[in-house]
Amino acid sequence: MTQNVAGPLSFSNVGRDRWWKRGAFASQTAYVAIAFVLITVLVSIFAHNFLSTGNLLNTSKNFSYIAIVALGSTLVIITGGIDLSVGSVMALVAVMTAMLMKTFATTWLAGIPYAGITLAVVCGLGVAALAGLVNGLLISKIRLSPFVTTLGMLSICRGMTYVITQGRGQAPAGPQVDTFYALTDGKLFGLPVPLIYLLVLAAIMGVALRHSRWGRWVFVLGGNEKAAQLTGVPVDRVKISVYVLCALSAGFAGILITGWLGSAPANLATGYELKIIAASVIGGADLAGGVGGPVGAVIGSALIEVIRNGLALFGADTYWEQVFVGTIIILAVLVDHIRTREAE
Amino acid sequence: MAHASGAESAAVLQLEGVSKDFGAIRALSEIDLVVNAGDVVGLMGDNGAGKSTLVKIIAGNFHPTHGKIRFDGQEHRFDRPLDARSVGIEVVYQDLALSNNVSAAANVFLGRELTRRVGPFRFLDHRGMNARALELFGELKSETRPKDLVKSMSGGQRQAVAIARTRLSNAKLILMDEPTAAISVRQVAEVLDLIRRLRDQGVAVMLISHRMPDVFAVCDRVIVLRRGHKRADKPINQSSPEEVTALITGALESA
Ligand SMILES: Nc1ncnc2c1ncn2[C@@H]1O[C@H](COP(=O)(O)OP(=O)(O)OP(=O)(O)O)[C@@H](O)[C@H]1O
Ligand SMILES: [Mg+2]
Repeated sequence: MTQNVAGPLSFSNVGRDRWWKRGAFASQTAYVAIAFVLITVLVSIFAHNFLSTGNLLNTSKNFSYIAIVALGSTLVIITGGIDLSVGSVMALVAVMTAMLMKTFATTWLAGIPYAGITLAVVCGLGVAALAGLVNGLLISKIRLSPFVTTLGMLSICRGMTYVITQGRGQAPAGPQVDTFYALTDGKLFGLPVPLIYLLVLAAIMGVALRHSRWGRWVFVLGGNEKAAQLTGVPVDRVKISVYVLCALSAGFAGILITGWLGSAPANLATGYELKIIAASVIGGADLAGGVGGPVGAVIGSALIEVIRNGLALFGADTYWEQVFVGTIIILAVLVDHIRTREAE
Repeated sequence: MAHASGAESAAVLQLEGVSKDFGAIRALSEIDLVVNAGDVVGLMGDNGAGKSTLVKIIAGNFHPTHGKIRFDGQEHRFDRPLDARSVGIEVVYQDLALSNNVSAAANVFLGRELTRRVGPFRFLDHRGMNARALELFGELKSETRPKDLVKSMSGGQRQAVAIARTRLSNAKLILMDEPTAAISVRQVAEVLDLIRRLRDQGVAVMLISHRMPDVFAVCDRVIVLRRGHKRADKPINQSSPEEVTALITGALESA
């Protein structure tokens, strides 16, 4: 087969784009990162206590919960799907974990160190995985629309949360409850642990998306699902995996919030699905599929939190938050649209 | 079936009475055909004649409504494209089956990514895939950079990516559904050259094309479909572009 190869190819007429029009610089994530820096600088100039250690730690903790779920949500969005059930999965997992901890504390499990909290957390995450599995199976095997399927799951999980709690908040309890608080709301190297979890998960997700076959298939599912099918990509399995991971991220964040609040109210994370999807989209995930990443999810979530925190520090009416977030969603997508139209 | 050459070459693909219905539409009816190792068969026919449907049946995209497929003498029922690929059938689809948002190399290796093991994990071998893709594009004389996104590529470059994909494994039969539809004269010559090289290695090729000169340039045999029926199957040197045109349009019933 080599007899016909005429030396290395020369790309006479094929130039290379300028650095700022290429790779990471040419993405919506980059624009939003710049916007994030500008807004952060603005806020810190006008609100002097923004840069206080206490406020920074608080802000970074607050946004971690949303950002962890935005990671999972971004995975789903890259495949061209959407998951509306994340907020209620957070709540269901949070109350179940707290209730199980309390229940296990009264059984023989209380005698084995850490058995109660470990098992409660594992069961909680198991419930999340189950919700994701049901979403994934219905969407991939039965081909129901992701929007409708996860809207149904939103209602089911929220409903279950109220059924099992009768609307009452659930506080974690048991012999090792301090350990639970340390692991969910403590500090490591002076940083809040939720932030550490977020950074570790984002790094793992970044590596998996760029450097594993699974990650490549996640992108191709959003790019051209038919091509994936024709070339033998296990389309259904990859699809199910992203819904399970998304639900797991929601469940995990729900457990962390329980540690932060010291209790899991039944209305926990109500309406968060929109905030989470907004964070993913602001960070550059394309609802049409095929584009997105962990850096965008983190920056998108951080931007939303800085705006909220800035408004609070200014003493402005925090009800404006949603108006600003909405404006930023549209601006981010608009800038991206103008940029891609220019390129054509 | 005695061929003009008289050589007793082994049949790679045999179709017996293959039909395909899409609801009320009979896209293919009672197709019999044989493709031997090293055959280059031109499959021609008007739009909607059933060419792509035939390709997709052989490639495992659909089951035939009736009829049998034999490959290497064995009867097969392909449930998925992967099944057909695993016995040695590669396809260039008419719509190319490319994903715009990943690189050319990623598309070439789609579903067959090379990986390197690091501890318990397997990571994509980006360098290996890019290098191999560059080699394959070189063989096709295509100025295609492995790392470029398919989104920004010309029709010809996209076709090169889809064709390069078929060269990853040692296929016995390559089906090409209009591989020369959108490319330059020079690249057409390269694709036809590639087909000849494949034939010399004993690979069978089925070339679907509306371009009469291409078919007459490389094929040993031409098959004409009209409205799902096989109207001709004869050595190319016993036919002529005029006769094939008449068969395609229906001016000539059969030959
Ligand atoms: N998935 C499908 N469902 C229903 N009908 C189909 C399907 N695929 C093909 N057909 C029909 O089968 C017939 C043959 O189509 P096919 O795509 O095989 O034609 P073709 O010879 O490849 O045409 P072209 O030269 O335009 O590519 C057409 O009438 C088409 O409408
Ligand atoms: Mg066709």
